[in-house]
Amino acid sequence: MQIELRNIHKRFGPVHANQDISVTFHEGKIVGILGENGAGKSTLMKILSGFQPADQGQILIDGQVIDYTGPTAAIANGIGMLQQDPLDVGAFTVLENFIYGGAEGIALGRAQAEATLDDLSARFGFELDPHQLIDNLLIAQRQQLEIVRLLALGVQTLILDEPTTGISAEQKIILFDALRKLARDEGMIILLVSHKLEDVIELCDEVLVLRAGVLVGDMEMPSADHNLTGAVIAETKQHLVTMMFGEELEAQSREHYDLGKPVLEVDQLLVHDLRLDMQPISMSVQASEVIGLAGLDGSGQELFMRACARLGRITGGNLRLNGDNIVGASYRQLFHRGCVFGAAGRLEEGLIAGLTLTEHTALVADDHMRIDWKSMAKRTASRIDQYRVKGRAADNVEQLSGGNQQRVLMGLLPDDPQLLILEQPTRGLDVDSARWIWTQLLQRCQSGTAIIFNSSDLEELVTYSDRIFVFYAGRVYPVPDVSQTSIDELGHLIGGEFQQA
Amino acid sequence: MKDTKSLATQIAFLLIPVAISLAVAAILVTAVGRDPLEVVDALWKGAFKDSRKLGGVVNFWIPLTLVSIGLVVTFRAGLWNIGVEGQMMMGALFASWGAQYLLWDASMSPLLNLALIALSALGGMFWAFVVGLLKIRLGVNEIFGGVALNALVNVISIYMISGPWQPRIGGSAQGTEPFPVPALLPEFSKTFPVNIFMILLVFAAFIVVMIMLNATRWGLNLKAVGKNMRSALLLGVATERASMSAFLVCGALAGIAGSYRVLFTFDNLRPLASGGIGFLGLLVVLLLSIRLLWVPLITFAFAAILTGSTRLQIAPSLKLDSSLAGVLQGMLVLFVILFQGVREIFFPQRAVDAEDIETNENRPNE
Repeated sequence: MQIELRNIHKRFGPVHANQDISVTFHEGKIVGILGENGAGKSTLMKILSGFQPADQGQILIDGQVIDYTGPTAAIANGIGMLQQDPLDVGAFTVLENFIYGGAEGIALGRAQAEATLDDLSARFGFELDPHQLIDNLLIAQRQQLEIVRLLALGVQTLILDEPTTGISAEQKIILFDALRKLARDEGMIILLVSHKLEDVIELCDEVLVLRAGVLVGDMEMPSADHNLTGAVIAETKQHLVTMMFGEELEAQSREHYDLGKPVLEVDQLLVHDLRLDMQPISMSVQASEVIGLAGLDGSGQELFMRACARLGRITGGNLRLNGDNIVGASYRQLFHRGCVFGAAGRLEEGLIAGLTLTEHTALVADDHMRIDWKSMAKRTASRIDQYRVKGRAADNVEQLSGGNQQRVLMGLLPDDPQLLILEQPTRGLDVDSARWIWTQLLQRCQSGTAIIFNSSDLEELVTYSDRIFVFYAGRVYPVPDVSQTSIDELGHLIGGEFQQA
Repeated sequence: MKDTKSLATQIAFLLIPVAISLAVAAILVTAVGRDPLEVVDALWKGAFKDSRKLGGVVNFWIPLTLVSIGLVVTFRAGLWNIGVEGQMMMGALFASWGAQYLLWDASMSPLLNLALIALSALGGMFWAFVVGLLKIRLGVNEIFGGVALNALVNVISIYMISGPWQPRIGGSAQGTEPFPVPALLPEFSKTFPVNIFMILLVFAAFIVVMIMLNATRWGLNLKAVGKNMRSALLLGVATERASMSAFLVCGALAGIAGSYRVLFTFDNLRPLASGGIGFLGLLVVLLLSIRLLWVPLITFAFAAILTGSTRLQIAPSLKLDSSLAGVLQGMLVLFVILFQGVREIFFPQRAVDAEDIETNENRPNE
C-alpha cells in the first residue's frame, strides 16, 4: 500500500491549517509527523482518516484517487486512526468494544471475536481481559484495544495521535514494539503524530515537520539498528527543533529561590485506594519551593495531590496549611486561603465549555453581587494581551486550542496563591508553550508561591523541581539531591529500582 | 453578547418549525375531513372571542409562566427539575392549609392573600429543598427524586382531601369544601375574571429573574455549575449552594403557581390541582432551549391553544377532540428541537483556531 496526498488545503475561518501539502507514504515505513500546537498535523491526519474533508486536494491510494466521506469509509480503504482520547464506550466490556466497530458485528459470534482478540493481543504482548469494563482500563490498554480493533477491521495504515501521552514507560516499550512489528513484518504504514522528539527519534524511519500549516521539511531518522548514541540523539533533536520552531531553543534551566516558611505540612498522610497499597506519606513544602512528583500513571501521586487539595478522601494522618489542620476542610475553604488545584484535563476540570473568556474572568473575580460586564471584558482583554492568548474575550473557551486554554487557565489563577497543586501542567503542549507556562509559574514562585506538580516528562521534573518525590506502587521515595540526579537515574527510580540510587 | 445576525437566525429557527408544525397539523385536520381554517377559527374564538375567554387564557398563562420562569433557573444550573409539578402541589397544599385555618376577617383579605401566597412559596421551596438535599447530599438524581416526590405529594393531597380536610357533608375524594371568600384571590371583574396582582407578580418575577441570571454573580455561578460542576468547583464556585438556590427559586415560583390554582382557578383543593402545568412548563423551556426572554410569549401561545381547543368539540361542524391541541404542541416542540439540530449542522459555532477543531471535534461532550 502506498498513500499519496496531493495539494491538500484546509481552512478554519481565517486560519489556513493546511497549505498545499503534498507527501507520499511508503509501505513498511514508520513516519513521524512533528510540529508545535496548531501546526496543522492533527488536521492533516484527520483528513487522511476521514474525520474531516479537505477543502482542496486529493488522496491517492496505490495510485487511485479515493474520495471518502467519513472514518468508516477510510477504514474500508485500509486507513485507521487512533485518537488521542481513545474512542471507546466506558460502560462496555473490552470484547464489546472490540466487536462494535466491526462491519459484520452481529454475524461474527462472540466466541470467534474473543479468539481473534486474544490472538491479536498475544501477538503484540498486550494484556487485554475481554470481560473487563473499559472504565477500569488504563489509557495504554484502551489504546491497545483500539489498535487490535482497527487491525481486525483490516487496516493497513495506522495513524496514532500522541499515543505516548499519559502512558508509562513500560507501556510505551510494548506499544513501540508492536508498531515496529506491524511495519516490518506486515508492511503497514505507521504515522505517528507527536510532540515528543525522543519518541519520534526512537521509533520513526523518517519525520515530516509542519509549521503553521506548511510542510517545512522532512528528515531521515538515524537507524535504530545502529546504537543510538546520546550524541546522535542530541544532534537529531536539535535539528528537529530548528525545523519545528525555525530557531534553536536553548536548554532550559531555572534559578532557585530562597525558601520561606512551611506552607503545607504532610504528616503520615494516608489516602485509601482499592487498587494501590498506599503507605503513609510525610513531607513539608516551603514557600517558593517547587516539588515534583514522579512516577508511572496510577502510582498514587494523583491520589496524593487530590487529597492535599481536599478533593480526595483522607483516611489517616495530618495535613496542615500554614499551620492549620485542613483534614476536615473542603476544597472551597482551601481555595479561599490561597490553595489552588489545577487538573490535567483542562476542559473537564478547570475551564467551562460554553462560557466565554469574559465569563470566566467574572467567575473568579472577587467582586460584588452585580457583575459589571464592561469592566470584566476590559480585564479579559488585558489578560489576553498579557498571557498572549490567541482568542477574543467573547469567544467560548472550548473554541481555543489546548495551548491557549492552558494560558487562559493561568490567567485565571489568583495573582499570589499560597500553594498551587498542578496535575501535569504542560500535558499536550509543545515545547514553546510549556516553557512559557513555567515562566509564569516560576514568577509566582519567586514571590512566595509553593508548587506541587506531577509530570510524566522526566526532563521537566529534573529541570524545574527543587525536590522530587518518586511514587512507585503507593510507596514514596524522596530523591536525595535533584541537581545530582540525571534523567536516566530518575527513570530507573520510577521503575521501582530504589536500591540502585 | 449575541450579535444581530445570530438573533435573526434565532428567530428564523423558531418561526420555521412553527410554520411546519402548523402545516402538518393542517394536513392532519384535512385528512379527517375537516377544514383547517375552521379549526383555526374555532381555536381563535375559543381563546379570544370575548374578554371572558381571554380571561381563561390568562388564568392558564399565569401559573404556566411562573413555573416556566422557575424552570429556566433550574435548567440554567443544569438541573432537570421534573419535581416542579409536585412543588406546585405542595404550594397548593400549604395555601390550602392557610385558607382553611387562617380565618381572617374579610377586611383583611388582601393581607391574607399575600400571606397565603407566601405560604405557598414556602411549600414549593420545601418540596424543592427535599429534591435538592437528596441530590446534593445523597447523590439521588433530581429526576428520580422529583418523580418520587411528585407521587408522594399527590398521595398526601388525596389523603388530606379524603381525611382531615373532608367536606362535612357528602365527603368524597373530589375536593375540599370551598375556601372562605376572604382567602380567595379576587377577580378583576365578572367580564374579565383574572387576578391582576398575580399578573403583576408574573412580570415582576420575569424581570427579577432576568436580571439575576444575566447581571449577577449568582446567575453566572448557576451557568458555570450547569455547564461543568467540576470546573466550577475548582474555580471557586460554591457549587452545592448554587444548585440548592436554583431549586429553591424554582420551588418558590412553582409553589405560587400552585396557590393560584387553588385560590383562583378552583376555589378548593382538588387532587391533581396542578393539572400538568409543571410538565407543560418543562416543554416550554425545552422548546426555547432555556432562553428566558421568550418565555411569556410562548406560554401565552400555549395557554391560548389549550384554552381555545375546548371549542373544537363544541363547534358543530368540527366535533374534534380537544386533544388536537396537545398534538399541535407536541409537534411544535419536536420540530423546534429538530431545527435546533439542523441549525447546529448548518450554522456551527465559528472556529477561532485550527487547533480547536483538532481538540474538540472528537471529544465526548460533558
